Amino acid sequence: MTKRQLLMKRYIFPVALALGLVVGSVPVQASEGGALPSAGTNVQDQASLQRGAKLFFNYCVGCHSLKYMRYERIATDLGLSEQEVMQNLNFTGAKFGETVVSHMPEDAAAKWFGKAPPDLSLEVRAKGADWVNAYLNSFYLDPSRPVGWNNTVFPNASMPFPLWELQGLQTAEMKPAKAGEDPAVEKLVLSQPGKLTPAQFQQATRDLTSFLEYASEPAALQRHHYGIWVLLFLAFFTFLAAMLKKEYWKDVH
Amino acid sequence: MANVFTSIGDWVNERAPGMMPAYRKHMTEYYAPKNFNLWYYFGSLALLVLVNQIVTGIFLTMNYNPSAAGAFASVEYIMRDVEWGWLIRYMHSTGASLFFVVVLLHMFRGIMYGSYKKPRELVWLLGMLIFLVLMAEAFMGYVLPWGNMSFWGAKVIISLFGTIPVIGSTLVEWIMGDFLPADATLNRFFALHVIALPLVLLLLVVLHIAALHEVGSNNPDGVEIKKGPKGNRWDALKPADGIPFHPYYTVKDLVGVGFFLLIAAFIIFFAPTFGGWFLEHDNFIPANNLATPSHIKPVWYFTPFYAIVRMIPSFLGSAVWGVLAMFGAIAVLFALPWFDRGKVKSIRYRGTGFKVALGLFVVSFFMLGAVGAGITAEVIPAWFGNVDVTFWENLFGRVMTLIYFGFFAFLWAYTYFGWEKTKPVPERVTTHD
Repeated sequence: MTKRQLLMKRYIFPVALALGLVVGSVPVQASEGGALPSAGTNVQDQASLQRGAKLFFNYCVGCHSLKYMRYERIATDLGLSEQEVMQNLNFTGAKFGETVVSHMPEDAAAKWFGKAPPDLSLEVRAKGADWVNAYLNSFYLDPSRPVGWNNTVFPNASMPFPLWELQGLQTAEMKPAKAGEDPAVEKLVLSQPGKLTPAQFQQATRDLTSFLEYASEPAALQRHHYGIWVLLFLAFFTFLAAMLKKEYWKDVH
Repeated sequence: MANVFTSIGDWVNERAPGMMPAYRKHMTEYYAPKNFNLWYYFGSLALLVLVNQIVTGIFLTMNYNPSAAGAFASVEYIMRDVEWGWLIRYMHSTGASLFFVVVLLHMFRGIMYGSYKKPRELVWLLGMLIFLVLMAEAFMGYVLPWGNMSFWGAKVIISLFGTIPVIGSTLVEWIMGDFLPADATLNRFFALHVIALPLVLLLLVVLHIAALHEVGSNNPDGVEIKKGPKGNRWDALKPADGIPFHPYYTVKDLVGVGFFLLIAAFIIFFAPTFGGWFLEHDNFIPANNLATPSHIKPVWYFTPFYAIVRMIPSFLGSAVWGVLAMFGAIAVLFALPWFDRGKVKSIRYRGTGFKVALGLFVVSFFMLGAVGAGITAEVIPAWFGNVDVTFWENLFGRVMTLIYFGFFAFLWAYTYFGWEKTKPVPERVTTHD
């Protein structure tokens, strides 16, 4: 066997096999929860985060908190001034250094909706950006539900749809009923247009999802910022170490 | 300046005369075979990860709150408000998973090259004890963030002890200090995770290395360099195929450290959850005993053993058999030096039967992992359509369990009855770089 074949046999094959097994198993996990369309979010896009923050503080914070997220941190990370944040985003009278807490009393909320609206600090980390984005696009009118709304991504969700004036009203076309099966939604149709076109609305929910993705891990901005430098340093370090090793091992025969 | 160092050195040596001899014994005059290959990086890497876990762990405890009411929020506080807290936490969580990666590869190396065989049985046994303690340490660490998967994972794993006849339910209560995983559980797991088990782990690591240095390292050829010709450039009485651990293997391991840190840093900075494998989605939801996650499964490094529990059916009115099989899966690894009676150590000179059996063993380990992680439960309906998933999953998982244990049974018969056709082992080590 030549040295090259030996190398192939002893290193490359086992390493490739191990990598193949690992990589092969990852997509299976990622596809969990059915195929949802990609949210296409980008937490690096500061303008998108700003638009998303505006939507969140206009439509969501009435019911949902971001109890681990501070106004001050939002200002720093989104490139906004203290004044901009306190005047345009903070409607609860909280201080600049405080966290984003909704004013809705939890007990009353549980009574009104059947379940208190969850804190959204970690929603994207728990459910995934694709899920959140799809959820925001999948509300439809359903008179049989207590609040009049239902959702195809999260059936029988107890949440009414505050973005309806932007998206318009969606209604469901049901599949032909089969005996013994529950009625199922065939597709959603926009029966009454809203303030935004469907394309604009999709962009709006993408912005909102991006903001929630940012809120679920503000450190992601720092990770991406420093990561490349750390890798470059380590590559250089490894190169030096390899040269050092080569030098020391010259006399091993 | 050099004089100052020399005189400090002399001062210390006068008062601790055993220090320099110990340094020589374990570093500059520890003669390791010169033919170590890629597989020999993982021991030093495991040590590196251990140090990382201890150092980052110390910083995490400074801001972590070990109470059911405060644990989850304190982890988010570390992730958001503590300066560089996110980096410390990701180094710790990524380190935990990579610990198992390097330890499993280290163990596989030992099996491949017969490093558990005489005279290194004690090294192997101490290493297996490290593996066992490491699993306990990782399990308790996983509970600390008090996410919903922490809670339900703890509940399921602790409940396994409930299958033990007579004392089971009392034992479960005793472990948890409550009827559910609760404040008391979290408190004691924290104590065990940050003090008790790390101390045991450190002691075992010291003993593992001390035991190794008594007998000397094995190598990819499985040749005993101490029995070979004597005399090298440094010492006329030491093995000819040996080179001083320091500086030769310290600089070589430094290259391994560089490559390893590149991979670790990539995960830490660009994929810290590793697609839900290192940090699971359901663990970003606070612990809630009223909301069960849709798939309760342990972290990836427990999945092969968890699968074995699930695959063994209960009979004679008891479910204890699965738990026994799970512990048995680790016990047979402990006993590996006595299952394998073959005299030839390295896979390079062993029979084809060994190579095939080892390959199948590795496949069964991965496949059991897939069963334990719930991958088969998704793949079977996706590939084969409308079939009885539980039936096929159980069949597949049981075949893999049989292969796992079958490896040890085969290895015993194969070597005990002399069926193995080995190749001649060379006198000296062959390749090196």
